[in-house]
Amino acid sequence: MATAEKVIKPDFGTRKRHFIFTEEHDRLRESIGSFVERELAPHAEEWERETFPNWVFKRMGELGFLGLSYPEEYGGQGGDYYCNIVLAEEMTKANCGGLAMGIAVHTDMATPPIHLFGTEEQKQRYLVPAIKGEKISCLGITEPDAGSDVAGIRTRAVRDGDEYVINGSKTFITNGHRADFIVLVTKTDPDAGYDGFTLFLVDLNTPGVVREKKLEKLGMHASDTALLSFQDVRVPAENVLGEVGKGFYHIMWELQGERLIGAAGCVAGAQRVFDRTLQYALERKAFGREIGHFQVIRHKFAEMATKIESARQMVYATAWRFQNGEYPVREISMAKLHASRVAVEVADECIQIHGGAGYMKEYGVERVWRDMRLNRIGAGTDEIMLEVIGRSYGL
Amino acid sequence: MAGQWTSASGRAPGEGAPRAPAPPFTREHEDFRQVTRSFVERELRPHAQEWEDARWFPNEVFRLLAAHGYLGLKYPEEYGGQGGDYLHDAVFAEELARCGSGGLAAGIGAHTGIATPPIWKFGTEEQKRRFLAPAIRGEKIAALGITEPGAGSDVAGIRTHARRVDGGFVVNGSKTFITNGVRADFVVTAVRTTPEGGHRGLSFLVIEKGMEGFSVSRKLDKLGWHASDTAELAFDDVLVPEENLLGEENRGFYLIMANFQWERLLMALGAVGSMQATLERTLEFARERRAFGRPIGRHQAIRHKLAEMALKLETGRALTYNALRLFAEGHDAVREVTMAKLKTQRDAFEVADAALQIHGGAGYMKEYEIERALRDLRLGPIGGGTDEIMREILGRQLGL
Repeated sequence: MATAEKVIKPDFGTRKRHFIFTEEHDRLRESIGSFVERELAPHAEEWERETFPNWVFKRMGELGFLGLSYPEEYGGQGGDYYCNIVLAEEMTKANCGGLAMGIAVHTDMATPPIHLFGTEEQKQRYLVPAIKGEKISCLGITEPDAGSDVAGIRTRAVRDGDEYVINGSKTFITNGHRADFIVLVTKTDPDAGYDGFTLFLVDLNTPGVVREKKLEKLGMHASDTALLSFQDVRVPAENVLGEVGKGFYHIMWELQGERLIGAAGCVAGAQRVFDRTLQYALERKAFGREIGHFQVIRHKFAEMATKIESARQMVYATAWRFQNGEYPVREISMAKLHASRVAVEVADECIQIHGGAGYMKEYGVERVWRDMRLNRIGAGTDEIMLEVIGRSYGL
Repeated sequence: MAGQWTSASGRAPGEGAPRAPAPPFTREHEDFRQVTRSFVERELRPHAQEWEDARWFPNEVFRLLAAHGYLGLKYPEEYGGQGGDYLHDAVFAEELARCGSGGLAAGIGAHTGIATPPIWKFGTEEQKRRFLAPAIRGEKIAALGITEPGAGSDVAGIRTHARRVDGGFVVNGSKTFITNGVRADFVVTAVRTTPEGGHRGLSFLVIEKGMEGFSVSRKLDKLGWHASDTAELAFDDVLVPEENLLGEENRGFYLIMANFQWERLLMALGAVGSMQATLERTLEFARERRAFGRPIGRHQAIRHKLAEMALKLETGRALTYNALRLFAEGHDAVREVTMAKLKTQRDAFEVADAALQIHGGAGYMKEYEIERALRDLRLGPIGGGTDEIMREILGRQLGL
């Protein structure tokens, strides 16, 4: 691979594509990117005010973007995991963190467990319409009293003949107001510890499901975030997703994909705000020259670029392991932790470089900062990631 | 995506699956890594303290390494090399970090990683026979001479001058911070060959031990890297024959720039190897050492500190391996190599500092070798181009 000649005379004209990607991914990237720029980005401001409309799901379903890595038999595109990475990266071109999150919850959080653990009938009823964008999904883990500590959730499902009766509440549920169904984490056996959890597919128009408050947030304004309550909600036993008592392990698996996709979005989002800020630094003048030509500002960009690249390589290297059938929990936690930190740090530095303009809404940088800040909390906080990493070494 | 769910055990798909070697490395490289690791553990590490104390490692180390093929991993067999690729050298650089002595690794690295590659890349056939082949055999020790008392990061400021005379050059000037400078049989030396300054007008001469007027003016004492010899060299009307001109006259700057990429990659790889070794040792310590009724690693603050160390290691590894892959595939990888160098040197120092903190009083003691690692690693953000220079390169690549 590395002959002397090659190393002596590097080819400056080559495209340095990462080894996980092929030309096919490049074409997909172009296709998603131009769709996002043409059909989504123009609405970003409006959607920040009133959340994004449901037609986005329908439209993305038509284009095949909601089932990139699902098999064709369910209406998917039959691609690999890297296609989902491409989607997460390209969605950042909408300049609308809440929109990207709403889509990612559907494609990479709520539906993968159906694909992996679901029965054929469940796939036909939930996965197929979800891939078409006809049914919108959400995922219910967090509760008012249990977030990071998943084992502490209290939503109960009690067997009653052919049905289960569910009681409890879920909060911070992205897509919670618009969703047609939820993948719900419940406790079915309070005495069984980690073996007492079960996942359910619950239609949200079932009697007893109450969509309570629409929650206001620091950022991610285009997404809808719900507090849901379940009051004697009766669900048929065939809506158990996966195995009874294995829900905790199922959801731990789900979280891996969620974290990796989130990390990919963070890298791309950071790159985007970096690019815009670089442009600004090349235009804005102070003390007689472009601010980017001051050494202090130039070095800020060098640091940011290095951080972003290290996060990108961590994400790609980990995605490679994931695609190859490994279960790299440690690396995924690292990728998630690093990428979300980097994104927040980069967004903050970009506000700084913009100065007063960065603090103003119209430049959109403060929005990136507000949106990105969630990533150090959602899908497992920084502190939980450090716990997972530390424990993976037997500590 | 991971395969269809079939297990009734509750285990996740892929859980317990064998780990593939991280690209660009293959199984073959990983096997070589095991061999190299045990060689370093057996032949070098036991002597680290002795050589640190002596402020010198014996020249026989080069012979020993040569006997095992380590000095010519990437060089063609016709010069006595192993005919491998850059990735073998990369494995060696990473594993060498486990010898416990930054100075020893530096001395070996100066020979294999920065002083001999220019001869291979830019040398004539005759120069390769005269310098590269004996260097691969460990019979001649090499050093690279760029930095001067008045010019370090600013390579264009080099003032050591070579005046053309009949049959060669007459060199006057001095070099400093030259690793292997005291022991070197030849020094690949950057000299100015035109009167005007700047990047143009730099050339390389191979200056040999015993040439009249060439002397070691000082052996320098340092914060760390104690086992390496670091010299200040003086050139007083040294007559260097024409056949010792390396590469094209006045094109030396390009040689320096080409060489820097590999040097910086080696430093990044060394830092990754060092972080790996430091993490392993500190994990072991944190599992054994008890305080307040449990192993200290079971205290959350320590667990998270170790997780942060591991994070620096793995993000550094991802960045470095990608730069290595691009470099080895023949792409222009200046950006990626520069980033890898910048990130890993600082991180390796911080990881060693965290390790020292976790070891507490023991870490401050010489016998645990962590204070040594910390001293050794402090050079990382300076040598091979300072952090500030790395940021300049990256910033300027962005058009700033």
